[in-house]
Amino acid sequence: MSALTLPSTTRVRLPSAGTVLALVVVVLVLVAAIAPGLLIDRSPTAIDLKATLQPPSWQHPFGTDDAGRDLLTRVIYGARQSLGIGLGATGLAFLIAIALGFTAALIGGVVDAVITRVLEVAFAFPALLLALLVIAVRGPSLATEIIAVGIGSAPGYARMVRGQVLAVRQAGFVEAAAALGHPRFAVIRRHLFPNAMRPLVAVVTLGVGQSIVWASGLSFLGLGVPPPSSEWGALLDAGRLHITSSWWLEILPGLVIVLVALSVTALGRTLQNRLGGASR
Amino acid sequence: MIRRILSKVVASVAVVVAAASATFLAQLAVPGDRATALMNLQTGQDKKWTAQELAPLNAKYGFDDPIVVQYLHYVTGLFRGDLGTSYTQKRPVAEVIGGQLLPSVTLTVAALAVAWLLALGVTLLTVKRGRILSSLGSAWEALTASLPHYWVGVVLLVVFAVQLRVFPIIGGTSAWGTVLPVLTLAIPLAGFLGQVTRDEFTQVLEQPFVTTARTRGMSDLGVRLRHVLRHAVLPAITLSGWALGALISGAVIAENIFGRPGIGQVLVTAVNTRDLPTVSGIVLVVAAVYVVANLLVDLAYAVVDPRLAR
Repeated sequence: MSALTLPSTTRVRLPSAGTVLALVVVVLVLVAAIAPGLLIDRSPTAIDLKATLQPPSWQHPFGTDDAGRDLLTRVIYGARQSLGIGLGATGLAFLIAIALGFTAALIGGVVDAVITRVLEVAFAFPALLLALLVIAVRGPSLATEIIAVGIGSAPGYARMVRGQVLAVRQAGFVEAAAALGHPRFAVIRRHLFPNAMRPLVAVVTLGVGQSIVWASGLSFLGLGVPPPSSEWGALLDAGRLHITSSWWLEILPGLVIVLVALSVTALGRTLQNRLGGASR
Repeated sequence: MIRRILSKVVASVAVVVAAASATFLAQLAVPGDRATALMNLQTGQDKKWTAQELAPLNAKYGFDDPIVVQYLHYVTGLFRGDLGTSYTQKRPVAEVIGGQLLPSVTLTVAALAVAWLLALGVTLLTVKRGRILSSLGSAWEALTASLPHYWVGVVLLVVFAVQLRVFPIIGGTSAWGTVLPVLTLAIPLAGFLGQVTRDEFTQVLEQPFVTTARTRGMSDLGVRLRHVLRHAVLPAITLSGWALGALISGAVIAENIFGRPGIGQVLVTAVNTRDLPTVSGIVLVVAAVYVVANLLVDLAYAVVDPRLAR
């Protein structure tokens, strides 16, 4: 996989206590995304001009921004959009990957050769550039960010899907189903698809974490969701203006992103071990 | 060996041409009429222009020609070093990029070197050196490998430039100002390379030839340096070609954080103003660099592992 996602050789070896911690973080993020009001009773857009750029304190654990808005509240309310981007981009990437991977592996011949070659080229691109090309064509927006990250990470997944389908197709139960006279499409749907995709469940989980990091990187460059969004990357972008005076605006939202990405990665690895799946 | 390299070269040219096709398609994919968009961009207005007003632009950029002609013109132009004309700067893209290439190359090459030093240092010092050191080493690698570049950069900036004032906040291209951007790129990469070399190192340390070397009375450090290192770095060398992609992406971010001139700055501005010829030009130059770097990796491989040179 090129630069858009960390390679799957990245290993986070955490003991079970770490896994529990990772689970807690992920659950918190899910709650924040679904019902942020449960975690905090402030408003993410409440302006307080008497308390601008306050450093972290008991009252404002993450400090406040240049409009006196509570940063922790903004981070919590930003979870929905960040998680949405992560899920959307990974979903899109896998749709593309499944379409290309299955087509290549099942049809074979020239089609397979062409798709494999195209994927190799897309793979040779540093994926950030692929994503930036998409943004230059479409102009920055939430949808663009999802599409950019999705397209950027699709080639790597497509190679995995193709490999999985080729491997499972050789399995005895697929041959048996075909020999029993089941229609080709039924064999693909009932036997080939679920068995080829199962080991990729962990990869999907890892992909969500990586997509969140990547999307926030694009936002950090000012190429993501336009303000006043409190998407995590957008918070980082907004905080850059005050970096020499107010470190918390950059460091703390960044720390949240790192923690979430690490937790999702740790859970993905645990899943991978449990499911005994191959990575590539 | 020569044959292998030749076929690699042919494949590399094919990859660059394919990349050019992709960027050409991207330029076509911009919604709306290109001449109108360009006219609005250059005059700062937003309106419909008459055919007469657009005619000179259409003629200049060849927007009226059949797509196939435009494509051939674009691809053959690339081999003459013509990357098209920037929409916003009205200069050849090659010129816009050319002046910014050196600082970016310096940054990435320095980062790759530092990352290797860090990774090898940690590996040599911590692999199989007792439980605590070993797990400290691998925890450090797992942590740093998963840090995003922008966060590493921001932390370094806040700690060493803003708080401690050791380094300038806006570094420019001075050697002192290059330290933080290089570390920003090198730290996550070192974590990643370290994880790979560590696995290899652990396995190689159990090989019979290592035991042989030890029975000859060689010191532990000597064994590690002379016998184990060469084997352990092989997979990481292969990955260095891949790593370049991550470094280039990281360079875009590091240049932005530290206000360092370079391709990344030009790229972000070009994406913001939707100056597609410039974006495409940079994408192609980077693709070419990437392809060449992977060729070099193949050669390096043959040097480290003489079995492959035959």
